[in-house]
Amino acid sequence: MTPHMLTRSLDRGATIFLLVVAALGVLIPLSNLLLPAGSFFQVPTYLVALWGKYVCYAILALSIDLIWGYCGILSLGHGAFFALGGYAMGMYLMRQIGTRGVYGNPILPDFMVFLNYSKLPWYWHGFDMFWFAALMVLFVPGLLAFCFGWLAFRSRVTGVYLSIITQAMTYALLLAFFRNDFGFGGNNGMTDFKDILGFNVQAEGTRGALFMLSCLGLIISFLICRAVVSSKLGKVLIAIRDAESRSRFLGYRVESYKLFVFTLSACMAGVAGALYVPQVGIINPSEFAPGNSIEAVIWVAVGGRGTLIGAALGAIVVNYAKTFFTSGVLAPYWLFMLGALFILSTLLLPKGIVGTFNAWRESSRERRPAAATASAAAEDGVTEPKMAE
Amino acid sequence: MNVMDTRATSALLYLDGVHVSFDGFHAINNLSLTLAPGEMRAIIGPNGAGKTTMMDIITGKTKPDEGTVLFDGVTDLTRLDETRIAELGIGRKFQKPTVFESQTVQDNLLLALNVDHSVKGTLFWRGSRAESERIDKVLETIRLTDARNRLAGSLSHGQKQWLEIGMLLAQDPKLLLVDEPVAGMTDVETHLTAELLKEINKTHTVMVVEHDMTFVRELGVKVTCLHEGTVLAEGTIDQVSSNERVIEVYLGR
Repeated sequence: MTPHMLTRSLDRGATIFLLVVAALGVLIPLSNLLLPAGSFFQVPTYLVALWGKYVCYAILALSIDLIWGYCGILSLGHGAFFALGGYAMGMYLMRQIGTRGVYGNPILPDFMVFLNYSKLPWYWHGFDMFWFAALMVLFVPGLLAFCFGWLAFRSRVTGVYLSIITQAMTYALLLAFFRNDFGFGGNNGMTDFKDILGFNVQAEGTRGALFMLSCLGLIISFLICRAVVSSKLGKVLIAIRDAESRSRFLGYRVESYKLFVFTLSACMAGVAGALYVPQVGIINPSEFAPGNSIEAVIWVAVGGRGTLIGAALGAIVVNYAKTFFTSGVLAPYWLFMLGALFILSTLLLPKGIVGTFNAWRESSRERRPAAATASAAAEDGVTEPKMAE
Repeated sequence: MNVMDTRATSALLYLDGVHVSFDGFHAINNLSLTLAPGEMRAIIGPNGAGKTTMMDIITGKTKPDEGTVLFDGVTDLTRLDETRIAELGIGRKFQKPTVFESQTVQDNLLLALNVDHSVKGTLFWRGSRAESERIDKVLETIRLTDARNRLAGSLSHGQKQWLEIGMLLAQDPKLLLVDEPVAGMTDVETHLTAELLKEINKTHTVMVVEHDMTFVRELGVKVTCLHEGTVLAEGTIDQVSSNERVIEVYLGR
């Protein structure tokens, strides 16, 4: 990213958002580690892990907002890219267990011993090295998105048809990952992780560091999204969203733009998944469930699509509500509430929380100078409204 | 290679024996038409005459079943897609004004400029003085300088039509296809649009599809009348409008 792109990306809202995330990213782990347990300001460890999860969801929401809010691509299968990133990280963590597994096999993870594997499948090679796994976190979701997008966008599949095939994609992966002979732990997935880069994943220090890294991931993802949408490419994306064929007749290769932004978004979702897995301690095929992807789209809609900050905020607000309501007497009704939330936000807040706030602020800013000029104009007998800057 | 040697025709646009049918309906029937460089041509014809389909064929939106479509005497347009054809230098204004409503007038023109349209080019784009000067010039031509920071969606219908013509100017194509530019305009706006097109024609080849006869008369250019996907008559507006068959078609006898 060149300096002029950075300065262009950072408007006031973006700067405030980044500062808040950075502050939380530092203060929450520090308060957890340095203050005595039970102190009023001490954040308990379980909350660090919980909020770490929210931050990962916020990255996923950003990746959806980038394609949906700015380019009009409604992916209802983004959870698949998130889960693939998570699986890549899970495979690394599985290989780190080594002889500490139940069966004590130095090479094969427990589930493979249990399923009578004689040797490690070829696609598991290299995952004992962190750098390789980290690369795969980006590469696997990116490659899938590239191939999927190349076929879909070149054939000009758009709108609901695209949404439906993204659903089918994540559902197909769900079924595949459920199979024991697929080599990813089947129904149970991967769990019982021990170390990450030599640090115990359960330790408070590691959890704090993972939280910090998740916040860093959110900051970097946000900066990348801002750089994209504030460039001329961002204007082209909006042009494609609003009038796709017009953009073609101006000489823009629409499928290349969609492919670029879709692949970028999938890589971001993969990173979110990779940060998520060590913090929740498990990855299994349920992450591919179509419902998860739809839920992620709801976060973006509630927060305000096409605002980036709204997407991140929506992910945190909805998930906080989910945690709050699913842990009480209202637990059985959470899905109804989620549905109601989506319907209500579509009806009452079609622009989402941040979108509505922006519109309100803009109109109040316009009203002030307009009122000032109106009184001056009344004396001159001029009634034409002045353009507000 | 010398391009001149391989040119099949001196015309900028050359259509010969073009056929298109949609589910058995012959939208374009043995259509042949040529447009000389620098010419302005008005295309008239009753509803369903195939005017818009013809533009779809030229811009690559529809592929003809048979026939030749040559641009600049060398390029076979039937093999190319919309993006490629736009890059070659054919710009199009739609029947319904299509501008990017949620972006400013200025940004609409910026998007239309015929500069690097690749993903990489736009991602690392930095504005230049030459670009903003061109935008200023177009804004002046289409009389929207004062509205440059307004959202295109907030413009009046006539202003949107002009903005779209302005986008064509920013695109600076060799050939402009203009579909019903004065539909829904007031008389004053119609007159101004005719002036604008005449101005544009000084440096560009233009094809205008229009229903409004007063407007076509004001343009004062060669007229082609289409009917059932084929050329019915061609000539000055007076010749065409006194043609027996044209009258028959328009009066629907």
